[in-house]
Amino acid sequence: MSTMRGSSLAYLIRRLAMFALTIWLGLTLMFLIPRMAPGDPIAAMVARISSQAGRVENSEQMIQAWRTRFGLDAPLYQQYGRYLWNSLHFDLGYSMAYFPMKVEDLVRAGMPWTLALLSIATVLSFLVGSTLGALMGWPASPRALRLVLPAALCFTSIPPFMLGILLIYVFAFGLRWFPFAGAYAHEFPPGRNLDFVFSAVHHGILPATAIVVTTMGFWALGMRAMMVTTSGEDYMILAQAKGLRPRRLFWMYGVRNAILPQVTSLALSIGGIAGGSVLVEYIFTYPGMGYLLYQGIVNNDYALIQGMTSILIIGVATAVLIVDLAYPLLDPRIRRGDL
Amino acid sequence: MNTPLDNPVLRVEDLEVRYGNLAVPAVNRVNFEVRRGEILGLVGESGCGKSTAAMSILRLLHPPGRVTHGRVLLDGIDLLAMGTREHRALCWKTISLVPQGAMNALNPVLRVENQIADAIAAHEDTRSKGPLTPRINELLALVGLPSRVRRLYPHELSGGMRQRVCIAMAVALRPPLVIADEPTSALDVVVQRVVAQSLLDIKNRLGNSMLLIGHDMGLMAQLADRVAIMYAGRLVEIAPVADVFRAPRHPYTRQLIESTPTIGQRRPLAVNEGGPPGLGTRTAGCPFAPRCPHAMPRCANEPPAMAQCGEDWQAACHWSAQP
Amino acid sequence: MSVPSWINAKLVAGSTVILFVVMLGLLGPWIWDTTQARVASCPLNLPPYGFSPPNLTFQPAQLAHPLGTESSGRDMLAVLITGTPNSLLVGTIAAGIGIVIGTLLGLTAGFMGGWVGTLIRVMSDAIITIPSLVVLIVISSYVREISLTSMGLLLALFAWPGTTRTVYAQTLSLRERGYVQMARLSGASTLSIMVFELLPNLMPYLAACFTASVSGNILAATGLEALGLGPSRIPTLGMAISNAVRGAAILRGMWWWWGLPIAMLILIFSGLFLITIGLDEVANPRLRRSEGNAR
Repeated sequence: MSTMRGSSLAYLIRRLAMFALTIWLGLTLMFLIPRMAPGDPIAAMVARISSQAGRVENSEQMIQAWRTRFGLDAPLYQQYGRYLWNSLHFDLGYSMAYFPMKVEDLVRAGMPWTLALLSIATVLSFLVGSTLGALMGWPASPRALRLVLPAALCFTSIPPFMLGILLIYVFAFGLRWFPFAGAYAHEFPPGRNLDFVFSAVHHGILPATAIVVTTMGFWALGMRAMMVTTSGEDYMILAQAKGLRPRRLFWMYGVRNAILPQVTSLALSIGGIAGGSVLVEYIFTYPGMGYLLYQGIVNNDYALIQGMTSILIIGVATAVLIVDLAYPLLDPRIRRGDL
Repeated sequence: MNTPLDNPVLRVEDLEVRYGNLAVPAVNRVNFEVRRGEILGLVGESGCGKSTAAMSILRLLHPPGRVTHGRVLLDGIDLLAMGTREHRALCWKTISLVPQGAMNALNPVLRVENQIADAIAAHEDTRSKGPLTPRINELLALVGLPSRVRRLYPHELSGGMRQRVCIAMAVALRPPLVIADEPTSALDVVVQRVVAQSLLDIKNRLGNSMLLIGHDMGLMAQLADRVAIMYAGRLVEIAPVADVFRAPRHPYTRQLIESTPTIGQRRPLAVNEGGPPGLGTRTAGCPFAPRCPHAMPRCANEPPAMAQCGEDWQAACHWSAQP
Repeated sequence: MSVPSWINAKLVAGSTVILFVVMLGLLGPWIWDTTQARVASCPLNLPPYGFSPPNLTFQPAQLAHPLGTESSGRDMLAVLITGTPNSLLVGTIAAGIGIVIGTLLGLTAGFMGGWVGTLIRVMSDAIITIPSLVVLIVISSYVREISLTSMGLLLALFAWPGTTRTVYAQTLSLRERGYVQMARLSGASTLSIMVFELLPNLMPYLAACFTASVSGNILAATGLEALGLGPSRIPTLGMAISNAVRGAAILRGMWWWWGLPIAMLILIFSGLFLITIGLDEVANPRLRRSEGNAR
């Protein structure tokens, strides 16, 4: 039993190390990019801030904050250390476009929207897609289900933001069923009341649909393949011989095993889904972190870009860590043996 | 009065199984019966159709394999003629399976107790019979496993323990017949003996019959009461195991016995001259003739039929049928 | 049958689609005046021929511009003909480099094992977890003017880990096969085993990785372009979408402006996707079987 505990502890340590490594790698990239870009972009940036500063109060303070954040006069390793330290403490400096707001305040405003949209859409897509795929790969399923396959394939090749454009055109512009922008109606500001909740759901349906429909096919295809493999396994044959009810056979012997690689694949896809959602938010002017990132690009607000990106990288790594840590709950081969 | 002889547990009549459109059936009009309380060994090389026959009896044959002829009578009821639902309700209660030792026959994500409970719950109203735990403990004790095994997952068990869990699961509903499909294959020699002993103990304690599938005549000698030898989809000899070892009637049976390694000395395999014919080629005469040391001109043209050649002893061979 | 068994319907359909798209890019400039892809070369806001304008502020369609024009006076057919090959090119450059790096690293990790293998595996896993599109957005926002080729190179930075994972897994399983062991015992060098024994067996996987990667990189490139971060002087399909979104084409009912480039991209994605799953089935015969004769 002690070896069991050892292996699960090793798993935990490995996952945590991956988490730290990913964040370190991502933040280091973010540190290097402005310094490696041609034509000393930081100098250009400071110049741009100064030129814009005329119309902003406290411009001196802002430029100074910017300079200390990059610590341009300090040696590189000090700049790097300070940058990592600040990023990990979510001290992201002042936004230029929304001065005197701090980037962390903007993150705080955008985070809930992105978090809600992405987690609901991803979980929904994963569950519905996997269930569909499981049914498609199950030998005893009705033949008609095989017709779902071409549809799944079809939607898998549409990127979320492009479907988003189509959805806006049909359901917001054409049919006027849903709003085409924003996350809630302005007459219902965020608060603990049903009006706001309904408004937020109403605004969230189209962007969520854009993500769910386009990613669902991916899960369906993966699950189908795994289900085909699983239904040929020896334990499946023995379970059939035992005369189990088809439902039990399907869920506890089929799906329960076939879902394991899907979860691994979920962890690997979170980064891509988050990236794609930046574009979805942009198309729907959905006030999440992706849209703020776009605002940063439009306004040359490098503090906002850097800050948003760092938070997105840390956020995705955290989501991956959560999935990785949940995995042993599904697969006893990694779980602690003496629980 | 019913004697064990005229009231067998299982009677297989003219069973024929084909794979797709292949010319030769994988199981070719096979007849045998499993008597009450006996262990019948079904022996042959891999690919001879013994596992296919077992899977047909269990109705676990997967396409493109299909039963094209024959009946499988369990206590007089034809299992192959039943509806799916009806058969599912009956299956583990009447015939159960101990899978090949090499297989990962246990669901890796369920505890041992849940897998045994699954088999029970599928056939009994478990709510009315109280908790299953004591029953599961008892089953595990029957195969010599401590009750803590109940809470473990398959990957936490050794190969031998896993196989014994399978045996415990097979007798959970006290079926009159257990089919053991190469139950000791791929286990190491010491574990093989433990598993074989478990099978024998179980049979002696519970009085069930057993159809033991294998290629190892040594194991048959240790466990079986009678053996049925299969070659290229046909039954070639069926007799009490002691008789067969003393004086095999079919040359193939003899080769099988001679190829059995005995403790201390390992004779070279005598069967290895060529292999059985494939399922694509039809043979007019005896399928064993090309490898048979006693082949006669007649063997190439005329397939031998099973014939009585002693009390409770049948063989299909022109050579041994000669006066 | 005379058709080789590895050719399946999906592979044929997908290749046909991609061939059509490539031909459009190659032959298009000979049949159509592609200078009309420049700003202000045509009348503004014409709907495609045969369609009525969304409202009265629009001019009626003209046969001279069969797919319509947009608000800066570009002919949509010319935009498609010039933009499509550029989008394909970016994806192919990135995928090509990605596949070479990915294969080399995957083979090395799978065959050498040890700390080198661990390092490669850990790095590729970590990079997969980083939201690459976000990082690319940041890079592009610093490098405001970018060429098509540098964009392909940029995308390649994140295009290798998927291949590395696949190749690594396959190498591990192939390594234990008889013929590789044999080659080893007969004293073949690691390099020659990799090239002559492993690589041919990896081909279907690599081909599937490649098509999937082309598709993924076109998507990433289009995303960057749609945000206005692509090459600003070279017409691409993403740029057309970006122009449409900024020109409020959706709310003005100018569906052809965004719809045509999107339709073209979906065509490309579907073609590549069909090829990918077709190749997957070649690589894993088990998947193929499940379709035909599952009960």
